[in-house]
Amino acid sequence: MSVVIIAVLALLALAITFGAILGFASVRFKVEGNPLVDQIDGILPQTQCGQCGYPGCRPYAEAIAGGDAINKCPPGGESTIAALADLLDVDPMPLDEEHGVSQGKRVAFIREDECIGCTKCIQACPVDAILGAAKQMHTVIVDECTGCDLCVDPCPVDCIDMIPVGQTIRDWSWDKPGSKPIDSRQIIATDLQAESNDQEAA
Amino acid sequence: MRQIWDFHGGIHPPENKHQSTRQAIKNAGIPQYLFLPLSQHIGQPAVPVVEIGQRVRKGEMVAEAIGPVSVPVHAPTSGTVIAIEDHQVPHPSGLTDSCIVIETDGLDEWTELTPCEDYEELSSSDILHRVRQAGIAGLGGAGFPTAIKLHPPRNDKVNALILNAAECEPYITADDMLMRERASEVIGGLEIMASILQPEECLIGIEDNKPEAIAALREAARETQIEVVVIPTKYPSGGEKQLIRILTGLEVPQGHIPADIGVMCQNVGTSAAVYRAIRYGEPLISRITTVTGDAVAHPGNFDTLIGTRMSHLLTQAGFNADKASRVLMGGPMMGFALLSTDIPIVKTTNCLLAATDLEFPQPQPEQPCIRCGMCAEACPAELLPQQLFWFAKAQEFEKAEMYNLFDCIECGACSYVCPSSIPLVQYYRYSKNQVRTTKLEQEKSDKARERFEFRQSRLQREQEEKEAKRKARAEAAAKAQAARAAEAEAAVDPKKAAVAEAVKRAQAKREQASAPLADLTELESNVQKAKDKLAKVEASLQQAEADQSDMTDKLRNAVAKNRDRLEFAEKALADARKQSSDSDNTGTNTPPQDTEQLQRSIKRQEDKVATLKNAIEEALKSDPDRAAQLQPSLDKSLAKLAELKSALGTNSSDQSENNTPAPDPEQLQVQVDKARDKLLMMQGMLDEARQESPSDDAKVTKLTRAVEKNQERLTAAEKALTDAQQQATPVAPKISAEELETLRTNIDKARDKLSMMQGMLDEAQTESPEDEAKIAKLTRAVEKNLERVNAAETAYQEAGGEIRDPVSQS
Amino acid sequence: MALLQITSPHLRGKNRTASVMQWVLLATLPGFVALTWFFGWGVLINVVWASLLALVSEAAIVKLRKRPVMFYLGDYSAVVTAVLLGLALPPFAPWWVTMVGILFAIVISKQLYGGLGSNPFNPAMVGYALLLVSFPVEMTTHWATPSSLTELPDFLSTLQYIFGGGNLNIDGVTMATPLDTYKHQIDVLTREEVSQLPIFGQHVALGWEWVNLGFLAGGLLLIWRKIITWHIPLSMLAALAVCSLVLGWDPDRYTPVSIHLLSGATMLGAFFIATDPVTAATSRLGKLYYGAGIGILIYIIRTWGSYPDAVAFSVLLMNFAAPFLDYYTKPRTYGHRKAHRGIKKSD
Repeated sequence: MSVVIIAVLALLALAITFGAILGFASVRFKVEGNPLVDQIDGILPQTQCGQCGYPGCRPYAEAIAGGDAINKCPPGGESTIAALADLLDVDPMPLDEEHGVSQGKRVAFIREDECIGCTKCIQACPVDAILGAAKQMHTVIVDECTGCDLCVDPCPVDCIDMIPVGQTIRDWSWDKPGSKPIDSRQIIATDLQAESNDQEAA
Repeated sequence: MRQIWDFHGGIHPPENKHQSTRQAIKNAGIPQYLFLPLSQHIGQPAVPVVEIGQRVRKGEMVAEAIGPVSVPVHAPTSGTVIAIEDHQVPHPSGLTDSCIVIETDGLDEWTELTPCEDYEELSSSDILHRVRQAGIAGLGGAGFPTAIKLHPPRNDKVNALILNAAECEPYITADDMLMRERASEVIGGLEIMASILQPEECLIGIEDNKPEAIAALREAARETQIEVVVIPTKYPSGGEKQLIRILTGLEVPQGHIPADIGVMCQNVGTSAAVYRAIRYGEPLISRITTVTGDAVAHPGNFDTLIGTRMSHLLTQAGFNADKASRVLMGGPMMGFALLSTDIPIVKTTNCLLAATDLEFPQPQPEQPCIRCGMCAEACPAELLPQQLFWFAKAQEFEKAEMYNLFDCIECGACSYVCPSSIPLVQYYRYSKNQVRTTKLEQEKSDKARERFEFRQSRLQREQEEKEAKRKARAEAAAKAQAARAAEAEAAVDPKKAAVAEAVKRAQAKREQASAPLADLTELESNVQKAKDKLAKVEASLQQAEADQSDMTDKLRNAVAKNRDRLEFAEKALADARKQSSDSDNTGTNTPPQDTEQLQRSIKRQEDKVATLKNAIEEALKSDPDRAAQLQPSLDKSLAKLAELKSALGTNSSDQSENNTPAPDPEQLQVQVDKARDKLLMMQGMLDEARQESPSDDAKVTKLTRAVEKNQERLTAAEKALTDAQQQATPVAPKISAEELETLRTNIDKARDKLSMMQGMLDEAQTESPEDEAKIAKLTRAVEKNLERVNAAETAYQEAGGEIRDPVSQS
Repeated sequence: MALLQITSPHLRGKNRTASVMQWVLLATLPGFVALTWFFGWGVLINVVWASLLALVSEAAIVKLRKRPVMFYLGDYSAVVTAVLLGLALPPFAPWWVTMVGILFAIVISKQLYGGLGSNPFNPAMVGYALLLVSFPVEMTTHWATPSSLTELPDFLSTLQYIFGGGNLNIDGVTMATPLDTYKHQIDVLTREEVSQLPIFGQHVALGWEWVNLGFLAGGLLLIWRKIITWHIPLSMLAALAVCSLVLGWDPDRYTPVSIHLLSGATMLGAFFIATDPVTAATSRLGKLYYGAGIGILIYIIRTWGSYPDAVAFSVLLMNFAAPFLDYYTKPRTYGHRKAHRGIKKSD
């Protein structure tokens, strides 16, 4: 019987000791602020388009840190959702289509013949990528444009197009092996059989 | 015998060089068209300096270099520029790039050249300038501008100048033939380069499978200090880093260039080109290209003009298109497959391999990696290729970088030895690109974030400046007003002064309303006070209920009233908060004020709702879970739509007014009830007055007027209520159980009062029927209470409650 | 004519996974022949039975995974696992012992982890360890007496016995292995008396010495063909020998080194089992540590553990450590001053 008591006392002592250590550590090494929001913000694509329902990427990052769903960002696409799931240790979800579909990278283009110089698009652009002034020609700085298409609606003469950015010789690269069949004689013996199946039409 | 070292790994593929060394170098002749890509080198593409239709002579510059890391492009023969357009260029992707197209005239007319008999008369910078102007880039395959390479950063001292004559890749013999036939040019070029760099020693590293070339070089270098070092044949000893290790025993540190350890490596072809550029003033307009493989009948080496189409060369070598399964540019280990033969030769094209199926069989399907480690045994960079493979396959690019992915020279030795036929080099190329792309995207998004935050702070600053200005103006105006009011007071009617005061107060209030940030703390304390009071009253109610005292009814009323007050205070606080946050986020969050825009947004939202509805219907047929998922989205969209519509309504009706909340039917109802009650009271008072003191005209008139006014107010309130009810959203506000309960208590109260009144009336009727006044009063009271009960019951029914035996029907 | 996604290099060497496996099978032949000669037909029957079961079960699993069956069976890896397990089992082990072992090895220890190349533990040894722990009687009392000591039953009788029939008196043809004998007898007898026991024969251990020499020959063939490297076998044998010489130098108390090296599954383990590339360490230095670890563990378990032969457990224990060894024995890459250790980024 005394053995049992000794065992219980020993465990109790251990528990108290470790509890004290943990308590001390939680106070002494407490991190001020919420670095998680910065990390989440670092993953989001910064298009500031508002498609997620929040006015910009930082508010959405704060919402995610507060528990909101991670699948609301169409410009980020699947890779962003996967990265967020990795960071927050949750399951990745498919993109919530209510907020928009994930399209390829696009940039805005103003048809200068029709532009009336009203500056409405300049006010709408969240990253100040449109150059111009009242009654002056407006033009999009392509390098800064994130493709968020917030400028398209405010334009009173509807002169802004969203143009997909194509691939040039400078940014071409090899595909992951196994993702495309080399020719019809190939036995696809890898785990990417599903991907290769929908490339068969290509 | 000079000491040489060895590098780790390496393979010995079959050489297959004998096919193309049987004959001397042939001249490929002048084709009809020449396609000159503007980017045949590492660095900025060249920019054309000719126009379409311009006639150019042989050696004339047709595109100039832009920036330090760039080389110009020259016309390889005389002819006319017929186009400057996109054309397919040699690249594994098969994509196009800008090219200058020249139609040759066959005259081969040279432009003016500036030869130099003795290079020692020229200064180093002069030589470098001529090398750059001659368009010389590394002919070994990389295409790095030679002038830059020959000018080491920080003027590092070069101890060893090495010529790379290894040509380790199978099938390629271009450098071999060049050395056999033009060794003097090679040595000459080396001397010129040595004069710029002043190295301690000059070495030529050559593999032992080229005995004729070794002899030729030794003969040409007989009277110089240049040493020809023979190294064992192994692939890839021609790699710059590997050759440096073999000849000097040194390793180029990661992230650095050979110049940092005092070594420089140049290709023999580049060296010969430098010689011709300085001695004869000739720019780089041709190179020796090997054409070989089983699908060409007469393999050999051709002195080809840059820009010649590959089909021209292949025809000269007897190309058989039927036998060829693939055409490679470069060797079998590092070359890439071409999609067509219409592509021009560029400065870095050292070989064209037209191979049959037998020679290069189809790649086998990829089998699982058995971790045999043969790839690590073969890797010249001493990496762990199978680890890089596992990481690339699992998309763990950070770990791959940690395992030195970027040290891979993509030589292909690992893929060569892999027993499972895994395309290792493709995995590495893919991973490297993914890492680069991710870095680029991260930079881009960081920049976008910076711009966004700057824009936010700029807008906030502007808003604050506006506020400050407005405040200053308001204060000035108020002061002016006060001065004038004081004057007015001294001069005229006290009434006018009172009016002025009232106006001043109203103005001050309006200012207060438009300075939202100041009062948040006050509103917050209001909320807190209301909360405390409510808690207190609720506590006493509980007490009373426990004690079963008759204060319970009163206390219940008090609780309800306090709850209302709390709600009101919270609402005011929320509005104030919203106002202040709105002023912070102007420009990004404010819903569009413009009516047209609203309409467009409404239309968009309606479309969204329609699509969602369709999706839900379809989903209901097949996948009810998805329907359930979509339902909240639909609700949200509908709510948004309603918001937009009400905003539109508010905008179109009163655009000048400032943030008035949409008319709330409940509030209006309350107002209506109040108006009605007041009217009845006034009416009662009027009747009383008429009966009891009919002589008091003033009183009667006043009361009549009051009754009329109240009537008007009631009608107005009722109208507002009906308007609001028409405009109100189809989504009925949810009635909480509490509110329902309150309504129910209202009914009970009203009913109690009614029965009490009824009782009193009966009593009066039976006991004192002659007291008409009393009876009249009581009858009126009964009617009033009846109405009240009706109203309460209707309200309750509308809210969704059920009444067992409504008084209104009895 | 030209194909889109073919990347360099366009030349391939001669190595193929199937040929690697075939060479391994070839190299087991000398030891295999010696085993059959000295210990009867049981070994052959076990190997054939195990190979059949391995191929069938692997085909079944591959079919379930919706892959092309012949492609996966064509790399001979299942056959190699079966042969190694069959060689390691006692010759008179019943058919169901072999079946349980090989099914567990192929299905659970190899295919369920993702197939060839993805298994963290050596499948043959996993099967063997399972059998040793689950059926200790069958695994320790069914070792055959060497043929020079007694008349071993013929092929048919052995077949019948293994498949659960016939009327073979097993006690007459089984005896303990040399390692087992020495370990237990040295407590009661002196060294001279023990070495007089018939099991030890003229040289080291009757029958077993030739078996081990046969496997040694096979292993050297593999090293010559560059199928395996010398690091693991050398370090394992060296570690075992050193431990035996240093710790067990007294033959009156411990098994001498010659018996350690030339009896039991030592050589089979050194050249065929420990060198399994999928589960061993990959870098050269790592392989040395890996082999040494196995050698040390073999000695410890044989001397102070309760199992007479310890190759299976030692290999499995070092399989645990292989990834860790890989992280800490990465080779120095060209251009870097020193090798990177551990899994954290250095910068």
